[in-house]
Amino acid sequence: MAKENRQLLQGNAACVQGALYAGMRFFAGYPITPSTEIAEGSARELPKLGGKFIQMEDELGSIAAIIGASVSGAKAMTGTSGPGYSLMLENIGYAFMTEVPVVVVNVQRGGPSTGLPTKVSQSDTMQARWGTHGDYSSITVAPSTVGDTLTETIRAFNLAERFRTPVTILLDEVIAHSREIIRIPEPGEYEVIDRVKPTCPPEEYLPYEITENYVTPMPAYGEGYRYHITGLTHDQHGFPTNKPSEIIVKLDKLKKKIENYKDEITKIRVEMMDDAEIAIISYGSVSRAALQATMLAREAGVKVGCIQLYTIWPFPEKELLELCGKCQKVIVGELNMGQIVHEVERILPRDISINTIQRYDGEILTPVQILEKLEEVL
Amino acid sequence: MATVTEKKAPKQKSDVTLHYLRPGKKFPNVWCPGCGIGIVMGAYIRALDKLGWDRNKVAMVSGIGCSSRMPVYLDFHALHTTHGRALPFATGVKFNRPDMNVVVITGDGDALAIGGNHFIHACRRNINITVILINNNIYGMTGGQGSPTTPSHSYSTTTPYGNAEKHFDPCTLAKAAGATFVARGTVANVPQLEKLASQALQHHGFSLLEVVTNCHTYYGRLNRMGDAVTMIQKFKEDAVMLGKAKKMTPEELEGKFIVGVLHEEEKTEFCDVYDQVVEHVSPK
Repeated sequence: MAKENRQLLQGNAACVQGALYAGMRFFAGYPITPSTEIAEGSARELPKLGGKFIQMEDELGSIAAIIGASVSGAKAMTGTSGPGYSLMLENIGYAFMTEVPVVVVNVQRGGPSTGLPTKVSQSDTMQARWGTHGDYSSITVAPSTVGDTLTETIRAFNLAERFRTPVTILLDEVIAHSREIIRIPEPGEYEVIDRVKPTCPPEEYLPYEITENYVTPMPAYGEGYRYHITGLTHDQHGFPTNKPSEIIVKLDKLKKKIENYKDEITKIRVEMMDDAEIAIISYGSVSRAALQATMLAREAGVKVGCIQLYTIWPFPEKELLELCGKCQKVIVGELNMGQIVHEVERILPRDISINTIQRYDGEILTPVQILEKLEEVL
Repeated sequence: MATVTEKKAPKQKSDVTLHYLRPGKKFPNVWCPGCGIGIVMGAYIRALDKLGWDRNKVAMVSGIGCSSRMPVYLDFHALHTTHGRALPFATGVKFNRPDMNVVVITGDGDALAIGGNHFIHACRRNINITVILINNNIYGMTGGQGSPTTPSHSYSTTTPYGNAEKHFDPCTLAKAAGATFVARGTVANVPQLEKLASQALQHHGFSLLEVVTNCHTYYGRLNRMGDAVTMIQKFKEDAVMLGKAKKMTPEELEGKFIVGVLHEEEKTEFCDVYDQVVEHVSPK
């Protein structure tokens, strides 16, 4: 058997590797700490594969360029941090409305505003769900290790292509810049999904047809299917509409194509929850400390388990309810002033005590801090 | 409702545009009666038709505004995007697919205010995109607010006491930013407009065609310039051919505008250069 391809990489570099594995052939970006290595890696690797890299004049342009590349047939990605993500929200909304698959990496840093360029944070969690104006369902994934970053990037591309939607990868600065030895998967090891293309003759093609799964096949430019794409609310032909009956159909399509397939989008990691009386819920870098704390507490005989959310949005309501329903207590750990905890509060029964451990001083949560919280809660 | 087929181009010159209308699209369009945008569309289509381009290889990209609605009506790949962002979207299309002919339809507010930064950087890259900037000196769709080309002292709903600002000259701006083909035409001279459109489309590099047109509904009314015909008649009087303008003094040119090919040069094109990079670094 051939020797495994092992490499010492930082999270940002693993993200590029994952994207290339998934078939990314177009990247547009603008320099911003702590995400810049994603752009640099793409600039270096893409031309070797015949792909395209462009540094745009700003983040508004970067997201626009990748949408243009995607409608013309490429798998496309951009990488940024909170301030850039804020600028991109305009056309992330356009991608939701026009149903164009793109992947947006937000390497989170402290905010609001310019905030803490080099410090870790998870304070863009709600922004990833609700950032752009209007009603829509969104998909967001959150890796917790360098290895995860590679595989979650592949998953993000697959979800984007399958559901014709922008997918956000929320990366913590500390994952983006930590170096770990990871194994680069061989081709074929992970499934790579490509968007479904139409098979009907062009004159019969309805670009926003309501299909059984609410996802419409998507041709690339130059393939004979000429249609109109607009950010205006549109009918199944892609033409602007003001008709209430057509508006509902469009907005329901955006929601149902994701919400109806939540089970297949949700990904969580569950550890030691079988007999747990206390559950620690976390995502991203916090999950590593939570797992360590859980193992230490188990050694001391505490019946605790932990749940890591790889998929943050859509929120894994059903799974958390099942897993935590028998617990007396829950601890939600986040690097912010409390964002996901509101979702947990929304779904769990009132008799479960919900506790939080939060850090928003630009530092990571440590296992010891989580253990201290556990002691306090016990 | 008449349906438009694309099987056979009608022979009459005046019907060529009908041949390019999007099948099944419900008319009427959004433009006011007498609007110059339709004249621009006609000139553009006739130019394109003569070039004989495959319509599957034409992508029309636009932003927001009256002019940006044009791709809705035409049977090409159409990307009606967000306000000011047509050029970065178009850059993504063109860079990903250099085989596509990419045409951006934009207006003075879309290209020069909210999209100003994208405009100068697209010029700088000299990416092979044709921009038709339909300049009516005002924001028409939102009801007549001042734009970056609203002349000093003139009236709009946001300059009710006269515009205190200076205005942009899009052609000077484009040339300074690196565009390699810059031309100006007007809806008052349609044969010339068609010719300029054809040259702009064929130019290999970033090309700008500014078209001076009328918004009699807002700009004309607020500045007491009369109806569409009166405004277009005035453009005819004020337009000066480049050759003639060179012999005129600045005083004589006061209140006039110069039409024709204002700037043309050959420079390496962005996608071509990147292709060379790909060639250079790809494993042999």
